[in-house]
Amino acid sequence: MTSSIDAAADTGSPYDRLILPDKVHGSLYTDARIFEEELRKIWYRTWVFVGHESEVAQPGDYVRKRLALQDVIMTRDRDGEVHLLLNRCAHRGNQVCDDAKGNSSTFRCPYHGWTFRNNGDLIGFPFFKGYGGRQLDLALGRVPRMESYHGFVFGSFATDGPSLIEHLGAAAGEIDRLAQLSPLGKVELNAGWLQHQTRSNWKLLAENETDGYHPQFVHGSIFGVTGSTIGPLYSDASTAVTRDLGNGHSENDLRPEFRKFAQPMRWFGTTESRVPDYVAAMRAKHGDQADRILIEGAPHVMIFPNLFIAEIQVFNIQPVAVGECVQYSTAVQLAGAPELNKRMVSQCVGSVGPAGMLLADDTEMYERNQAGLAALDPEWLDVRRGMNREVRDENGFKIGSATDETGMRGFWSHYKKLMEAQ
Amino acid sequence: MTTEAQLVEVPTGFDRSEVEQFLYREARLADESQYDEWEALWTDDALYWVPVGGQGGDPRREMSVIYDNRNRISTRLKQLRTGRRYAQAPQSNLRRLISNIEFLGGVTNPDGAIDLEVGANFLVIESRARDTHLWGGRATYRLRRDDDTLRLVYKKVVLVDNDRPLPTLGFLI
Repeated sequence: MTSSIDAAADTGSPYDRLILPDKVHGSLYTDARIFEEELRKIWYRTWVFVGHESEVAQPGDYVRKRLALQDVIMTRDRDGEVHLLLNRCAHRGNQVCDDAKGNSSTFRCPYHGWTFRNNGDLIGFPFFKGYGGRQLDLALGRVPRMESYHGFVFGSFATDGPSLIEHLGAAAGEIDRLAQLSPLGKVELNAGWLQHQTRSNWKLLAENETDGYHPQFVHGSIFGVTGSTIGPLYSDASTAVTRDLGNGHSENDLRPEFRKFAQPMRWFGTTESRVPDYVAAMRAKHGDQADRILIEGAPHVMIFPNLFIAEIQVFNIQPVAVGECVQYSTAVQLAGAPELNKRMVSQCVGSVGPAGMLLADDTEMYERNQAGLAALDPEWLDVRRGMNREVRDENGFKIGSATDETGMRGFWSHYKKLMEAQ
Repeated sequence: MTTEAQLVEVPTGFDRSEVEQFLYREARLADESQYDEWEALWTDDALYWVPVGGQGGDPRREMSVIYDNRNRISTRLKQLRTGRRYAQAPQSNLRRLISNIEFLGGVTNPDGAIDLEVGANFLVIESRARDTHLWGGRATYRLRRDDDTLRLVYKKVVLVDNDRPLPTLGFLI
Protein backbone atom coordinates (compact mmCIF):
# COMPACT_ATOMS: atom_id res chain seq x y z
CA MET A 1 0.00 0.00 0.00
CA THR A 2 1.28 3.45 -0.92
CA SER A 3 0.40 6.23 1.48
CA SER A 4 -0.95 9.52 0.16
CA ILE A 5 2.30 11.27 1.02
CA ASP A 6 4.33 8.79 -1.03
CA ALA A 7 1.96 9.28 -3.96
CA ALA A 8 2.61 13.01 -3.81
CA ALA A 9 6.32 12.50 -4.00
CA ASP A 10 5.79 10.75 -7.33
CA THR A 11 4.21 13.67 -9.18
CA GLY A 12 4.69 16.83 -7.18
CA SER A 13 1.12 18.17 -7.58
CA PRO A 14 -0.34 19.12 -4.22
CA TYR A 15 -3.71 17.91 -5.51
CA ASP A 16 -2.26 14.43 -5.99
CA ARG A 17 -1.85 14.39 -2.24
CA LEU A 18 -5.32 15.78 -1.52
CA ILE A 19 -7.51 14.01 -4.06
CA LEU A 20 -7.26 10.24 -4.34
CA PRO A 21 -9.61 7.95 -6.27
CA ASP A 22 -11.41 6.85 -3.11
CA LYS A 23 -10.97 9.76 -0.70
CA VAL A 24 -10.44 13.52 -0.55
CA HIS A 25 -8.66 15.57 2.07
CA GLY A 26 -10.62 17.70 4.55
CA SER A 27 -8.47 20.77 3.91
CA LEU A 28 -10.11 21.11 0.47
CA TYR A 29 -13.15 22.44 2.33
CA THR A 30 -11.44 24.49 5.00
CA ASP A 31 -8.20 25.97 3.63
CA ALA A 32 -8.66 29.62 2.63
CA ARG A 33 -5.65 29.42 0.29
CA ILE A 34 -7.29 26.63 -1.65
CA PHE A 35 -10.46 28.73 -1.87
CA GLU A 36 -8.41 31.63 -3.32
CA GLU A 37 -6.96 29.25 -5.88
CA GLU A 38 -10.45 27.95 -6.74
CA LEU A 39 -11.58 31.50 -7.44
CA ARG A 40 -8.77 31.92 -9.97
CA LYS A 41 -8.81 28.46 -11.53
CA ILE A 42 -12.50 27.55 -11.41
CA TRP A 43 -14.86 30.43 -10.72
CA TYR A 44 -12.99 33.03 -12.77
CA ARG A 45 -12.06 30.64 -15.56
CA THR A 46 -14.58 27.94 -16.35
CA TRP A 47 -18.21 28.44 -17.43
CA VAL A 48 -20.33 29.43 -14.42
CA PHE A 49 -24.13 29.65 -14.42
CA VAL A 50 -25.28 33.22 -13.76
CA GLY A 51 -28.98 33.49 -14.57
CA HIS A 52 -31.62 32.99 -17.22
CA GLU A 53 -32.53 35.12 -20.21
CA SER A 54 -36.19 35.11 -19.12
CA GLU A 55 -35.15 37.21 -16.09
CA VAL A 56 -34.48 40.06 -18.50
CA ALA A 57 -37.30 39.42 -20.92
CA GLN A 58 -37.69 42.97 -22.30
CA PRO A 59 -35.15 45.42 -23.76
CA GLY A 60 -33.85 47.56 -20.90
CA ASP A 61 -34.50 44.90 -18.25
CA TYR A 62 -31.65 44.30 -15.85
CA VAL A 63 -31.08 42.14 -12.80
CA ARG A 64 -28.17 42.02 -10.34
CA LYS A 65 -26.50 38.62 -10.09
CA ARG A 66 -23.44 37.10 -8.46
CA LEU A 67 -20.61 35.26 -10.15
CA ALA A 68 -18.56 34.12 -7.16
CA LEU A 69 -17.52 37.40 -5.50
CA GLN A 70 -18.34 39.49 -8.56
CA ASP A 71 -21.39 41.77 -8.60
CA VAL A 72 -22.74 41.30 -12.10
CA ILE A 73 -25.52 43.21 -13.85
CA MET A 74 -27.30 41.05 -16.41
CA THR A 75 -28.90 43.37 -18.94
CA ARG A 76 -30.80 43.19 -22.18
CA ASP A 77 -29.98 46.02 -24.58
CA ARG A 78 -32.30 47.67 -27.10
CA ASP A 79 -31.24 45.15 -29.77
CA GLY A 80 -32.27 42.29 -27.50
CA GLU A 81 -28.73 41.18 -26.72
CA VAL A 82 -27.91 39.99 -23.18
CA HIS A 83 -24.79 41.33 -21.43
CA LEU A 84 -22.99 40.45 -18.21
CA LEU A 85 -21.59 43.77 -16.98
CA LEU A 86 -19.56 44.34 -13.84
CA ASN A 87 -21.00 46.74 -11.31
CA ARG A 88 -18.04 49.09 -11.17
CA CYS A 89 -17.76 52.57 -12.60
CA ALA A 90 -14.87 52.98 -15.05
CA HIS A 91 -13.98 56.25 -13.30
CA ARG A 92 -13.20 55.38 -9.69
CA GLY A 93 -14.83 51.99 -9.17
CA ASN A 94 -18.07 53.02 -7.48
CA GLN A 95 -21.08 50.76 -7.99
CA VAL A 96 -23.26 52.08 -10.80
CA CYS A 97 -26.34 49.95 -10.04
CA ASP A 98 -27.92 49.60 -6.61
CA ASP A 99 -31.36 48.20 -7.37
CA ALA A 100 -31.82 44.42 -7.46
CA LYS A 101 -33.65 44.67 -10.79
CA GLY A 102 -35.43 47.11 -13.01
CA ASN A 103 -35.68 48.52 -16.49
CA SER A 104 -33.34 51.23 -17.70
CA SER A 105 -31.36 51.89 -20.84
CA THR A 106 -28.55 53.49 -18.83
CA PHE A 107 -26.74 53.29 -15.50
CA ARG A 108 -25.64 56.54 -13.94
CA CYS A 109 -22.93 56.45 -11.30
CA PRO A 110 -24.13 58.45 -8.28
CA TYR A 111 -20.59 59.56 -7.41
CA HIS A 112 -19.63 61.84 -10.35
CA GLY A 113 -22.52 61.31 -12.73
CA TRP A 114 -20.80 59.14 -15.32
CA THR A 115 -23.41 57.43 -17.44
CA PHE A 116 -23.18 54.07 -19.20
CA ARG A 117 -25.47 52.43 -21.72
CA ASN A 118 -26.86 49.01 -20.72
CA ASN A 119 -24.38 47.40 -23.13
CA GLY A 120 -21.53 48.86 -21.06
CA ASP A 121 -20.59 51.79 -23.34
CA LEU A 122 -19.65 55.06 -21.62
CA ILE A 123 -22.00 57.70 -23.03
CA GLY A 124 -21.30 60.74 -20.90
CA PHE A 125 -19.44 62.38 -18.04
CA PRO A 126 -20.06 65.85 -16.60
CA PHE A 127 -17.71 68.83 -17.16
CA PHE A 128 -15.99 67.16 -20.10
CA LYS A 129 -13.49 70.02 -20.60
CA GLY A 130 -11.49 68.50 -17.74
CA TYR A 131 -10.83 65.56 -20.05
CA GLY A 132 -10.14 67.67 -23.14
CA GLY A 133 -13.13 66.29 -24.99
CA ARG A 134 -16.37 64.33 -24.92
CA GLN A 135 -14.85 60.91 -25.66
CA LEU A 136 -12.94 58.55 -23.38
CA ASP A 137 -11.84 55.01 -24.17
CA LEU A 138 -13.48 53.64 -21.02
CA ALA A 139 -16.48 51.35 -20.48
CA LEU A 140 -18.06 49.22 -17.79
CA GLY A 141 -16.18 46.00 -17.17
CA ARG A 142 -17.80 42.81 -18.36
CA VAL A 143 -17.55 39.07 -18.01
CA PRO A 144 -15.36 38.45 -21.07
CA ARG A 145 -17.36 35.54 -22.44
CA MET A 146 -21.10 34.99 -22.19
CA GLU A 147 -23.04 32.18 -23.80
CA SER A 148 -26.43 30.71 -23.17
CA TYR A 149 -28.11 27.37 -23.67
CA HIS A 150 -31.92 27.13 -23.66
CA GLY A 151 -31.78 30.57 -22.04
CA PHE A 152 -29.47 29.47 -19.19
CA VAL A 153 -26.80 32.19 -19.16
CA PHE A 154 -23.22 31.27 -18.33
CA GLY A 155 -20.21 33.52 -17.97
CA SER A 156 -16.51 32.79 -18.19
CA PHE A 157 -13.71 35.11 -17.17
CA ALA A 158 -11.31 33.23 -19.46
CA THR A 159 -11.00 35.17 -22.72
CA ASP A 160 -10.55 31.90 -24.55
CA GLY A 161 -11.02 28.24 -23.80
CA PRO A 162 -13.66 25.59 -24.38
CA SER A 163 -17.01 26.85 -25.69
CA LEU A 164 -20.06 26.52 -23.44
CA ILE A 165 -21.35 23.60 -25.46
CA GLU A 166 -17.98 21.86 -25.10
CA HIS A 167 -18.08 22.48 -21.35
CA LEU A 168 -21.64 21.20 -21.02
CA GLY A 169 -20.89 18.10 -23.06
CA ALA A 170 -23.38 15.38 -22.20
CA ALA A 171 -25.09 17.61 -19.62
CA ALA A 172 -26.54 19.66 -22.50
CA GLY A 173 -28.83 16.72 -23.26
CA GLU A 174 -30.26 16.99 -19.75
CA ILE A 175 -31.16 20.65 -20.30
CA ASP A 176 -32.73 19.55 -23.59
CA ARG A 177 -34.83 17.05 -21.65
CA LEU A 178 -36.07 19.82 -19.37
CA ALA A 179 -36.97 22.10 -22.28
CA GLN A 180 -38.77 19.24 -23.99
CA LEU A 181 -41.26 19.20 -21.11
CA SER A 182 -42.56 22.57 -22.28
CA PRO A 183 -45.22 22.34 -24.99
CA LEU A 184 -43.35 25.24 -26.61
CA GLY A 185 -39.90 23.76 -25.97
CA LYS A 186 -38.97 26.66 -23.74
CA VAL A 187 -37.88 26.90 -20.09
CA GLU A 188 -38.30 30.14 -18.14
CA LEU A 189 -36.95 31.10 -14.72
CA ASN A 190 -39.14 34.07 -13.94
CA ALA A 191 -40.65 33.20 -10.55
CA GLY A 192 -37.93 35.03 -8.60
CA TRP A 193 -35.16 33.51 -6.50
CA LEU A 194 -34.93 32.59 -2.84
CA GLN A 195 -31.54 33.35 -1.30
CA HIS A 196 -30.36 30.88 1.31
CA GLN A 197 -27.23 31.71 3.25
CA THR A 198 -25.25 28.52 3.83
CA ARG A 199 -22.29 28.28 6.15
CA SER A 200 -20.37 25.61 4.37
CA ASN A 201 -17.93 25.19 1.56
CA TRP A 202 -19.62 25.19 -1.87
CA LYS A 203 -18.25 21.76 -2.76
CA LEU A 204 -20.30 20.04 -0.07
CA LEU A 205 -23.37 21.21 -2.00
CA ALA A 206 -22.05 20.28 -5.43
CA GLU A 207 -21.27 16.77 -4.16
CA ASN A 208 -24.59 16.35 -2.36
CA GLU A 209 -26.78 17.26 -5.33
CA THR A 210 -26.43 13.85 -6.96
CA ASP A 211 -25.74 11.92 -3.77
CA GLY A 212 -28.51 9.34 -3.81
CA TYR A 213 -27.35 7.91 -0.47
CA HIS A 214 -28.65 10.68 1.81
CA PRO A 215 -32.34 11.30 0.88
CA GLN A 216 -33.84 8.49 2.96
CA PHE A 217 -31.98 9.70 6.03
CA VAL A 218 -31.96 13.50 5.71
CA HIS A 219 -35.46 13.68 4.21
CA GLY A 220 -37.08 10.73 5.98
CA SER A 221 -39.12 13.16 8.11
CA ILE A 222 -40.90 14.77 5.16
CA PHE A 223 -41.15 11.61 3.02
CA GLY A 224 -42.82 9.90 5.98
CA VAL A 225 -45.46 12.52 6.70
CA THR A 226 -46.38 13.18 3.05
CA GLY A 227 -46.26 9.57 1.82
CA SER A 228 -43.83 10.72 -0.85
CA THR A 229 -42.72 8.25 -3.52
CA ILE A 230 -39.27 9.87 -3.75
CA GLY A 231 -37.64 7.78 -1.01
CA PRO A 232 -37.66 4.42 -2.84
CA LEU A 233 -36.00 6.05 -5.89
CA TYR A 234 -32.90 6.34 -3.72
CA SER A 235 -32.97 2.96 -2.03
CA ASP A 236 -30.81 -0.13 -2.31
CA ALA A 237 -33.54 -1.72 -4.44
CA SER A 238 -33.84 1.22 -6.86
CA THR A 239 -33.05 0.67 -10.54
CA ALA A 240 -32.09 4.35 -10.94
CA VAL A 241 -28.45 5.01 -11.77
CA THR A 242 -25.90 7.65 -10.81
CA ARG A 243 -23.98 8.78 -13.89
CA ASP A 244 -20.69 10.62 -14.25
CA LEU A 245 -21.44 12.77 -17.30
CA GLY A 246 -17.86 14.02 -17.65
CA ASN A 247 -16.44 17.55 -17.12
CA GLY A 248 -17.50 17.34 -13.47
CA HIS A 249 -21.21 17.00 -14.30
CA SER A 250 -23.29 14.17 -12.89
CA GLU A 251 -26.87 13.01 -12.66
CA ASN A 252 -29.24 10.74 -10.83
CA ASP A 253 -30.98 9.13 -13.77
CA LEU A 254 -34.38 8.18 -12.37
CA ARG A 255 -35.83 7.12 -15.71
CA PRO A 256 -35.43 3.37 -15.12
CA GLU A 257 -37.73 3.68 -12.10
CA PHE A 258 -40.28 5.84 -13.90
CA ARG A 259 -40.29 3.50 -16.91
CA LYS A 260 -41.03 0.61 -14.57
CA PHE A 261 -44.27 2.28 -13.46
CA ALA A 262 -44.93 3.70 -16.95
CA GLN A 263 -47.36 6.30 -15.60
CA PRO A 264 -47.27 9.72 -17.29
CA MET A 265 -46.66 12.56 -14.75
CA ARG A 266 -45.68 10.20 -11.94
CA TRP A 267 -42.30 11.98 -11.94
CA PHE A 268 -44.19 15.10 -10.85
CA GLY A 269 -46.15 13.23 -8.20
CA THR A 270 -49.42 13.58 -10.08
CA THR A 271 -51.53 11.95 -12.76
CA GLU A 272 -52.63 12.93 -16.28
CA SER A 273 -56.16 13.62 -15.15
CA ARG A 274 -55.00 16.38 -12.78
CA VAL A 275 -53.23 18.35 -15.51
CA PRO A 276 -55.35 17.61 -18.62
CA ASP A 277 -54.56 20.79 -20.59
CA TYR A 278 -50.84 20.29 -20.21
CA VAL A 279 -50.97 16.64 -21.22
CA ALA A 280 -53.14 17.49 -24.25
CA ALA A 281 -50.70 20.19 -25.33
CA MET A 282 -47.77 17.77 -24.97
CA ARG A 283 -49.55 15.07 -27.00
CA ALA A 284 -50.33 17.60 -29.72
CA LYS A 285 -46.68 18.64 -29.84
CA HIS A 286 -44.90 15.31 -29.45
CA GLY A 287 -47.34 12.75 -30.88
CA ASP A 288 -46.32 9.18 -30.17
CA GLN A 289 -43.23 10.38 -28.26
CA ALA A 290 -45.41 12.21 -25.71
CA ASP A 291 -45.97 9.23 -23.45
CA ARG A 292 -42.26 8.52 -23.19
CA ILE A 293 -41.48 12.17 -22.38
CA LEU A 294 -44.27 12.40 -19.80
CA ILE A 295 -43.18 9.14 -18.17
CA GLU A 296 -39.45 9.92 -18.06
CA GLY A 297 -39.93 13.40 -16.60
CA ALA A 298 -37.34 16.03 -15.75
CA PRO A 299 -33.59 15.60 -15.19
CA HIS A 300 -31.78 15.59 -11.86
CA VAL A 301 -28.42 16.95 -12.94
CA MET A 302 -25.54 18.83 -11.34
CA ILE A 303 -23.69 20.95 -13.88
CA PHE A 304 -20.18 21.84 -12.73
CA PRO A 305 -19.54 23.96 -10.79
CA ASN A 306 -22.81 25.58 -9.72
CA LEU A 307 -26.02 24.78 -11.62
CA PHE A 308 -28.26 22.13 -10.16
CA ILE A 309 -31.48 21.22 -11.92
CA ALA A 310 -33.57 19.06 -9.60
CA GLU A 311 -36.60 18.15 -11.70
CA ILE A 312 -38.85 21.16 -11.07
CA GLN A 313 -36.41 23.41 -9.27
CA VAL A 314 -33.18 25.13 -10.20
CA PHE A 315 -30.33 26.04 -7.88
CA ASN A 316 -27.53 28.50 -8.48
CA ILE A 317 -24.72 28.00 -5.96
CA GLN A 318 -22.28 30.88 -5.47
CA PRO A 319 -19.35 30.87 -3.05
CA VAL A 320 -18.81 33.70 -0.58
CA ALA A 321 -15.82 32.44 1.41
CA VAL A 322 -14.14 29.12 2.12
CA GLY A 323 -16.85 28.28 4.66
CA GLU A 324 -19.83 30.11 3.19
CA CYS A 325 -21.95 30.13 0.07
CA VAL A 326 -25.41 31.17 -1.06
CA GLN A 327 -27.98 28.89 -2.65
CA TYR A 328 -30.31 30.73 -5.00
CA SER A 329 -33.36 28.63 -5.81
CA THR A 330 -36.39 28.99 -8.03
CA ALA A 331 -39.14 26.99 -9.69
CA VAL A 332 -38.84 25.80 -13.26
CA GLN A 333 -41.50 27.44 -15.41
CA LEU A 334 -42.42 25.81 -18.70
CA ALA A 335 -43.69 28.05 -21.50
CA GLY A 336 -47.16 27.00 -22.59
CA ALA A 337 -47.89 25.08 -19.37
CA PRO A 338 -49.75 27.46 -17.01
CA GLU A 339 -51.48 24.54 -15.31
CA LEU A 340 -48.14 23.04 -14.37
CA ASN A 341 -46.38 26.31 -13.57
CA LYS A 342 -48.53 27.24 -10.57
CA ARG A 343 -48.11 23.75 -9.17
CA MET A 344 -44.36 23.97 -9.66
CA VAL A 345 -44.17 27.26 -7.78
CA SER A 346 -46.26 25.83 -4.95
CA GLN A 347 -44.25 22.60 -4.66
CA CYS A 348 -40.99 24.46 -4.97
CA VAL A 349 -41.91 26.98 -2.25
CA GLY A 350 -42.72 24.06 0.03
CA SER A 351 -39.41 22.33 -0.68
CA VAL A 352 -36.58 24.83 -1.10
CA GLY A 353 -35.08 27.90 0.52
CA PRO A 354 -34.50 28.83 4.18
CA ALA A 355 -37.76 27.22 5.40
CA GLY A 356 -38.07 24.56 2.70
CA MET A 357 -39.17 21.18 3.97
CA LEU A 358 -36.38 19.51 1.97
CA LEU A 359 -33.60 22.04 1.49
CA ALA A 360 -33.49 23.45 5.01
CA ASP A 361 -32.54 19.95 6.14
CA ASP A 362 -29.91 19.55 3.41
CA THR A 363 -28.51 22.89 4.47
CA GLU A 364 -28.43 21.79 8.08
CA MET A 365 -26.30 18.84 6.93
CA TYR A 366 -23.96 21.12 4.93
CA GLU A 367 -23.41 23.34 7.95
CA ARG A 368 -22.91 20.48 10.40
CA ASN A 369 -20.62 18.83 7.86
CA GLN A 370 -18.50 21.99 7.66
CA ALA A 371 -18.37 22.16 11.46
CA GLY A 372 -17.44 18.47 11.62
CA LEU A 373 -14.54 19.01 9.22
CA ALA A 374 -12.83 21.14 11.86
CA ALA A 375 -12.06 17.92 13.72
CA LEU A 376 -8.46 16.88 13.12
CA ASP A 377 -8.95 13.16 12.77
CA PRO A 378 -9.67 11.38 10.48
CA GLU A 379 -8.36 13.85 7.90
CA TRP A 380 -10.21 12.36 4.93
CA LEU A 381 -13.69 12.15 3.45
CA ASP A 382 -14.46 8.79 1.93
CA VAL A 383 -15.84 8.70 -1.63
CA ARG A 384 -15.43 5.03 -2.44
CA ARG A 385 -19.07 3.97 -2.29
CA GLY A 386 -19.91 1.94 -5.40
CA MET A 387 -16.37 1.69 -6.80
CA ASN A 388 -16.81 -2.06 -6.48
CA ARG A 389 -19.78 -2.07 -8.86
CA GLU A 390 -19.13 0.86 -11.20
CA VAL A 391 -19.52 0.02 -14.88
CA ARG A 392 -19.62 1.86 -18.21
CA ASP A 393 -22.97 2.40 -19.89
CA GLU A 394 -23.58 2.02 -23.63
CA ASN A 395 -22.26 5.56 -24.21
CA GLY A 396 -19.08 5.00 -22.22
CA PHE A 397 -20.14 6.98 -19.13
CA LYS A 398 -19.37 5.60 -15.68
CA ILE A 399 -22.53 4.58 -13.88
CA GLY A 400 -23.20 3.37 -10.38
CA SER A 401 -26.28 2.35 -8.46
CA ALA A 402 -28.81 4.89 -7.19
CA THR A 403 -26.96 5.40 -3.90
CA ASP A 404 -23.37 5.32 -5.19
CA GLU A 405 -20.78 8.12 -5.09
CA THR A 406 -20.05 7.93 -8.80
CA GLY A 407 -21.06 11.57 -9.28
CA MET A 408 -18.71 12.79 -6.55
CA ARG A 409 -15.76 10.95 -8.06
CA GLY A 410 -16.53 12.56 -11.41
CA PHE A 411 -16.67 15.95 -9.72
CA TRP A 412 -13.27 15.47 -8.06
CA SER A 413 -11.60 14.19 -11.18
CA HIS A 414 -12.59 17.34 -13.09
CA TYR A 415 -11.85 19.62 -10.13
CA LYS A 416 -8.34 18.17 -9.88
CA LYS A 417 -7.73 18.77 -13.58
CA LEU A 418 -8.77 22.43 -13.30
CA MET A 419 -6.78 23.04 -10.13
CA GLU A 420 -3.63 21.48 -11.58
CA ALA A 421 -3.77 23.69 -14.67
CA GLN A 422 -1.62 26.81 -14.60
CA MET B 1 -57.29 32.89 -1.60
CA THR B 2 -56.97 36.51 -0.56
CA THR B 3 -53.55 37.87 0.15
CA GLU B 4 -53.85 41.63 -0.22
CA ALA B 5 -57.40 42.31 0.84
CA GLN B 6 -59.41 45.47 0.44
CA LEU B 7 -59.68 46.84 3.97
CA VAL B 8 -62.94 48.11 5.41
CA GLU B 9 -63.38 49.94 8.72
CA VAL B 10 -62.09 48.32 11.89
CA PRO B 11 -64.89 45.93 12.91
CA THR B 12 -66.53 46.14 16.30
CA GLY B 13 -66.31 43.39 18.87
CA PHE B 14 -62.51 43.22 19.10
CA ASP B 15 -61.14 44.44 22.40
CA ARG B 16 -57.59 45.82 22.22
CA SER B 17 -56.36 44.03 25.29
CA GLU B 18 -57.92 40.74 24.19
CA VAL B 19 -56.23 41.07 20.78
CA GLU B 20 -52.86 41.88 22.37
CA GLN B 21 -53.15 38.90 24.68
CA PHE B 22 -53.89 36.72 21.64
CA LEU B 23 -50.82 37.97 19.76
CA TYR B 24 -48.61 37.44 22.81
CA ARG B 25 -49.96 33.94 23.23
CA GLU B 26 -49.32 33.12 19.56
CA ALA B 27 -45.77 34.45 20.01
CA ARG B 28 -45.16 32.41 23.15
CA LEU B 29 -46.47 29.18 21.60
CA ALA B 30 -44.17 29.71 18.61
CA ASP B 31 -41.21 30.57 20.88
CA GLU B 32 -41.75 27.44 22.94
CA SER B 33 -42.39 25.19 19.90
CA GLN B 34 -45.76 24.14 21.29
CA TYR B 35 -46.91 22.89 17.93
CA ASP B 36 -50.34 21.49 18.89
CA GLU B 37 -51.48 24.64 20.67
CA TRP B 38 -50.06 26.86 17.91
CA GLU B 39 -51.81 24.81 15.22
CA ALA B 40 -55.11 25.07 17.10
CA LEU B 41 -55.03 28.86 16.73
CA TRP B 42 -55.58 28.64 12.97
CA THR B 43 -58.87 28.59 11.05
CA ASP B 44 -59.48 26.16 8.18
CA ASP B 45 -58.93 28.90 5.59
CA ALA B 46 -55.56 29.78 7.13
CA LEU B 47 -52.72 31.40 5.23
CA TYR B 48 -49.20 31.76 6.60
CA TRP B 49 -46.92 33.78 4.31
CA VAL B 50 -43.28 34.86 4.51
CA PRO B 51 -42.53 36.72 1.26
CA VAL B 52 -39.19 37.82 -0.18
CA GLY B 53 -38.25 41.09 -1.86
CA GLY B 54 -40.16 43.43 0.44
CA GLN B 55 -43.92 42.97 0.49
CA GLY B 56 -43.74 40.16 -2.08
CA GLY B 57 -45.62 39.81 -5.35
CA ASP B 58 -48.25 37.26 -6.33
CA PRO B 59 -47.38 34.27 -4.12
CA ARG B 60 -48.98 31.85 -6.57
CA ARG B 61 -46.56 32.90 -9.29
CA GLU B 62 -43.49 33.97 -7.34
CA MET B 63 -41.23 32.32 -4.81
CA SER B 64 -41.81 32.86 -1.07
CA VAL B 65 -39.90 31.59 1.95
CA ILE B 66 -43.19 30.22 3.28
CA TYR B 67 -46.63 30.21 1.65
CA ASP B 68 -48.68 27.68 3.61
CA ASN B 69 -52.38 27.04 3.45
CA ARG B 70 -53.97 25.11 6.32
CA ASN B 71 -52.99 21.79 4.81
CA ARG B 72 -49.36 22.75 4.43
CA ILE B 73 -49.20 24.23 7.93
CA SER B 74 -50.28 20.79 9.09
CA THR B 75 -47.57 19.09 7.00
CA ARG B 76 -44.92 21.49 8.28
CA LEU B 77 -45.90 20.76 11.89
CA LYS B 78 -46.06 17.02 11.29
CA GLN B 79 -42.52 17.17 9.97
CA LEU B 80 -41.41 19.14 13.03
CA ARG B 81 -43.06 16.63 15.36
CA THR B 82 -41.07 13.73 13.89
CA GLY B 83 -38.01 15.03 15.74
CA ARG B 84 -36.03 14.42 12.53
CA ARG B 85 -36.65 17.81 10.95
CA TYR B 86 -32.92 18.48 11.29
CA ALA B 87 -33.22 22.20 10.55
CA GLN B 88 -35.09 22.32 13.86
CA ALA B 89 -33.70 19.31 15.73
CA PRO B 90 -32.46 20.30 18.19
CA GLN B 91 -34.98 23.10 18.48
CA SER B 92 -33.84 26.71 18.51
CA ASN B 93 -34.05 28.66 21.74
CA LEU B 94 -36.34 31.57 20.97
CA ARG B 95 -37.85 34.68 22.48
CA ARG B 96 -39.62 37.41 20.59
CA LEU B 97 -40.90 40.87 21.32
CA ILE B 98 -44.01 42.32 19.69
CA SER B 99 -44.77 46.01 19.69
CA ASN B 100 -46.33 48.89 17.72
CA ILE B 101 -49.61 46.99 17.57
CA GLU B 102 -52.12 48.75 15.32
CA PHE B 103 -55.67 47.88 14.33
CA LEU B 104 -55.52 48.40 10.57
CA GLY B 105 -59.04 47.62 9.39
CA GLY B 106 -61.46 44.86 8.57
CA VAL B 107 -61.54 42.14 5.91
CA THR B 108 -64.82 40.56 4.82
CA ASN B 109 -64.51 36.79 5.18
CA PRO B 110 -66.28 34.06 3.14
CA ASP B 111 -69.09 33.89 5.74
CA GLY B 112 -69.78 37.59 5.33
CA ALA B 113 -68.46 38.55 8.76
CA ILE B 114 -65.56 40.94 9.22
CA ASP B 115 -62.12 39.74 10.33
CA LEU B 116 -59.80 42.18 12.08
CA GLU B 117 -56.49 43.09 10.45
CA VAL B 118 -53.73 43.96 12.91
CA GLY B 119 -50.16 45.03 12.27
CA ALA B 120 -47.23 44.71 14.68
CA ASN B 121 -43.44 44.97 14.67
CA PHE B 122 -41.45 42.05 16.00
CA LEU B 123 -37.93 41.11 16.96
CA VAL B 124 -36.99 37.44 17.44
CA ILE B 125 -33.79 36.31 19.12
CA GLU B 126 -32.89 32.83 17.92
CA SER B 127 -30.08 30.88 19.53
CA ARG B 128 -28.90 27.62 18.05
CA ALA B 129 -25.66 25.72 17.51
CA ARG B 130 -24.79 27.85 14.47
CA ASP B 131 -25.04 31.20 16.24
CA THR B 132 -27.47 33.74 17.63
CA HIS B 133 -29.53 35.46 14.98
CA LEU B 134 -31.87 38.43 15.09
CA TRP B 135 -34.98 38.24 12.94
CA GLY B 136 -36.91 41.48 12.70
CA GLY B 137 -39.78 42.84 10.70
CA ARG B 138 -43.48 43.54 10.61
CA ALA B 139 -46.28 41.02 10.78
CA THR B 140 -49.81 41.44 9.56
CA TYR B 141 -52.41 39.25 11.24
CA ARG B 142 -56.07 38.66 10.52
CA LEU B 143 -58.15 37.53 13.48
CA ARG B 144 -61.64 36.06 13.48
CA ARG B 145 -64.05 35.94 16.35
CA ASP B 146 -65.20 32.37 16.86
CA ASP B 147 -67.76 32.39 19.69
CA ASP B 148 -65.78 33.35 22.77
CA THR B 149 -62.33 32.93 21.29
CA LEU B 150 -60.16 34.53 18.67
CA ARG B 151 -58.70 32.50 15.81
CA LEU B 152 -55.86 33.24 13.43
CA VAL B 153 -56.86 33.47 9.76
CA TYR B 154 -53.78 34.99 8.22
CA LYS B 155 -50.26 35.87 9.20
CA LYS B 156 -47.86 37.60 6.84
CA VAL B 157 -44.31 38.10 8.07
CA VAL B 158 -42.25 40.70 6.23
CA LEU B 159 -38.63 40.41 7.35
CA VAL B 160 -36.61 43.61 7.03
CA ASP B 161 -33.80 41.71 5.28
CA ASN B 162 -35.91 39.55 2.98
CA ASP B 163 -34.14 41.00 -0.06
CA ARG B 164 -30.85 39.41 1.02
CA PRO B 165 -29.63 35.86 1.71
CA LEU B 166 -31.34 34.50 4.83
CA PRO B 167 -30.05 31.69 7.02
CA THR B 168 -32.15 28.60 7.62
CA LEU B 169 -35.53 29.46 9.12
CA GLY B 170 -36.56 26.24 10.81
CA PHE B 171 -38.78 27.61 13.58
CA LEU B 172 -42.25 29.18 13.46
CA ILE B 173 -41.81 32.86 12.77
